[in-house]
Amino acid sequence: MNAPRDRSPSERVVVTGMGWVTPLGHDLETVWSALMRGASGMAPITRFDARTFPTSFAAEVKNFDVNPLLKSPAAHANAGINSQFALGAAAQAWKQAQLDVKSPRNGRRVGIYLGAGEGVIDTPNYLAANLKAWNAEQGKCDGVKWAELGHELMNAAREIEQEPNMPLAHIAREFGARGPAYNCLTACAASTQAIGEASSILRGGEADVMIAGGAHTMIHVLGVTGFNRLTALSTSKGDPAKASCPFDLGRGGFVMGEGAGMVILETLEHALGRGAEPLAELIGFGSSADSYRITDIEPTGRGAAAAMLQALAQAGIDPLARRSDGRPMVDYISAHGTGTKENDSIETLAVKRVFGEIAKEIPMSSVKSMLGHLIAAAGAVEFITCVMAIHRGMLPPTINYTTPDPECDLDYVANIPRAAKVETCLSNSFGFGGQNDTVCVTAFSE
Amino acid sequence: MSTQSKFSKSKPRIVVTGLGPVSGFGVGIDLLWNGLCAGATAIGPITSFDPSGFITTVAATIPPGLLDIRAIVPKNYRKATKVMARDIEIAVAAAASAVQAAGLTTRGTAEGAVATIPPERVGCHIGAGLIPADSDELASAMLTCRDAQGGFDPGEWGRTGMNNLTPLWLLKYLPNMLACHVTIIHDCQGPSNTLTCAEASGALSIGESMRVIRRGDADACLSGGGESKVNFMGLLRQTFANRLAAVRPGENGSRAVRPFDPTAMGTVLGEGGAILITESLESAQGRGAAAIAELVGFAARQCACADTVGVDLSDAHEDIASAIEGALHDAGVMASEIDAIVPLASGIATLDLAEAKAMAMIFGDRLSKIPLVTLAPQVGICGAGTSALAVCVAAQCLREQRLPARLSTSGSAAMGVDADARAAGTAALRNVLVTTTGMGGQSAAIILRRIT
Repeated sequence: MNAPRDRSPSERVVVTGMGWVTPLGHDLETVWSALMRGASGMAPITRFDARTFPTSFAAEVKNFDVNPLLKSPAAHANAGINSQFALGAAAQAWKQAQLDVKSPRNGRRVGIYLGAGEGVIDTPNYLAANLKAWNAEQGKCDGVKWAELGHELMNAAREIEQEPNMPLAHIAREFGARGPAYNCLTACAASTQAIGEASSILRGGEADVMIAGGAHTMIHVLGVTGFNRLTALSTSKGDPAKASCPFDLGRGGFVMGEGAGMVILETLEHALGRGAEPLAELIGFGSSADSYRITDIEPTGRGAAAAMLQALAQAGIDPLARRSDGRPMVDYISAHGTGTKENDSIETLAVKRVFGEIAKEIPMSSVKSMLGHLIAAAGAVEFITCVMAIHRGMLPPTINYTTPDPECDLDYVANIPRAAKVETCLSNSFGFGGQNDTVCVTAFSE
Repeated sequence: MSTQSKFSKSKPRIVVTGLGPVSGFGVGIDLLWNGLCAGATAIGPITSFDPSGFITTVAATIPPGLLDIRAIVPKNYRKATKVMARDIEIAVAAAASAVQAAGLTTRGTAEGAVATIPPERVGCHIGAGLIPADSDELASAMLTCRDAQGGFDPGEWGRTGMNNLTPLWLLKYLPNMLACHVTIIHDCQGPSNTLTCAEASGALSIGESMRVIRRGDADACLSGGGESKVNFMGLLRQTFANRLAAVRPGENGSRAVRPFDPTAMGTVLGEGGAILITESLESAQGRGAAAIAELVGFAARQCACADTVGVDLSDAHEDIASAIEGALHDAGVMASEIDAIVPLASGIATLDLAEAKAMAMIFGDRLSKIPLVTLAPQVGICGAGTSALAVCVAAQCLREQRLPARLSTSGSAAMGVDADARAAGTAALRNVLVTTTGMGGQSAAIILRRIT
């Protein structure tokens, strides 16, 4: 195997900047310290009146104003909330990477790969148009009436901003990025996939710098409706802060979160060439499909295991081997860990499938217990969590873990953060419909 | 699977071994090609609802009867067709057509048979759009949730109304469901992605498949895209983006889209897309499959957008040109070696102009002598499917050594291009360029080469 450090600097991909906007804060340090306190971002939904919904709570981003972070706020005056999250996270990452002072001269060598979700639908007007256009006799909406209402009620800019490539367009505008530009939307796997494919673009020499990550919110009437109908959400009637309990026997679904995570990835050659400090190295990426059912995860964990194995193979890591001091090759797994019955037990099974007996020695936690599920943005936020864990030598906990589940028998870093020597991490993301992605990130050393 | 090969500089060659287009002409390459070459158009009145309140009353829709999704999927998958939005049906139909054309055996063609290519070596990259919920379904579910003014009452919706929706309602509309249904039907277990970059989605998906095969993570991929914006929200949003040609009720709109015509007034929407089987040459040769064309070059760029959101793409020409240049470089081909071009050719005046300027930057005076293939007058602009359809047609042109007919445009010489209406005809084609730029500003270029 071609061990990553034997690769040439143009084929090594490093992280030089990170940023996030989450339900627990809007900058690296605030969110990290909240994760280290085991804080919860959950509270009753404020975006709409959800009191009668099966689920009436979520992890919302609070008091976030993107404008102070922007060079050209006027260009983003119509940005939807998802694009605002995206811009906020990207601005932090761009700044940490010192690209604002050591900018690449050629914008066409700066690409973007996002896994960002669609914008928030204009619910009141959209639903009003549908309802008022209803023709009871025909049992369907009247097209002429709907068109009249649509033109009258809905706002052009707001509708255009809902296209899923709009966070990408806003980021491109703000940072002058004119290289390869993609947005993918593989449900909950999207931003992990974006980070992985961005690294592939860099290795192929198509760009020097990639802005990668995701942004999303589905905390709106139809988003909560959709997940409630799928019975995927926790409908706990107790304290919302305790509702997200991944890997616990009493888990009953995920809690919706929202926000964005963005990283700056570059070739090592480019980072060193401009005097940037590598924060970590991305050494492996794997993507797979369950090809099983749209509603269920493949029950043996085949797809999830395939993504992890492919990421490890690309990283040149044998999951069944040990380091010379006896430690496992991987120090931490950021679990997809949604808190649904199915995901957490099958993810556990998949990790055991990959690491065999060693699995029990590898701590694996879910920050979704604290942040909720940021859907398309979840993977990027969790990737950043891994890099922070490497730097701080601390593992974020899985909070609300009280009752072990016999089907979830790994080390979930229960309830309190843990000091650990962290060099190499996996970050897992599995999407509804069966698209699975894993990235492998390690401490940078020359 | 050799890890070493993933990072080696020598790129595996990639060929197209199956074409699966879906368009207003129906499913499959024969219906599409015959329609295109005969100079027919699929553009006609919208009949699924009364469109007279919208700016246009025409589209290139797939006629009822030409896409029977229940007949296309395997018997044991028929139940799942209930949760397929139109966009998903298009992708599933396109995939079935491509798999069959490529001579592949999959779980979807023969349950229980040994797959031609091991499932874990087959990837799937499908471009998708923003799929709006069906208004009839949503409205009928909300009827019991009206407040005193006849508006929506969220309280009642949360208590009872939402239960009127089928539990799987959300899954009809997730963009990744195109790829998810296709991977399930054909048992594709390799890398899978869903790209959502408007009209560029299909070409970006094919580019991503090329990257995945080049790095060694798959031997073959189902690649392309599909979409239908012929619905209330699709029409409204395209109207808001000033993209549609006006066609009033009763007007004959069959010539409403006129790419590169100085009088062009906008575009017409179509339903459709394409899935291609993209495959390493080694895999194709190993199974004795006939290659249709080789994918030799790809590049993508983000265009400058003065309005941020890429509705106004009048500044996009330099970046479109840069994408073309990147694809030429990737292919090791000189501009002088390109024999035909399939641009987006939308009939949206600013975008036509940006494309014409970009092509002039690359091809100079020779541009007016390079035939353009303009598909919109015949099949409309099919959103995320449109550039996949363009790549599909480019591959067919290379195989047939023929260019399809062009409709509707006159006076394109004023824009320095060869795009006027004319009949189909034979052509000596070695390299064909596809270039597409979508709303939002993502641009992709792909170069295909004749198999000799």
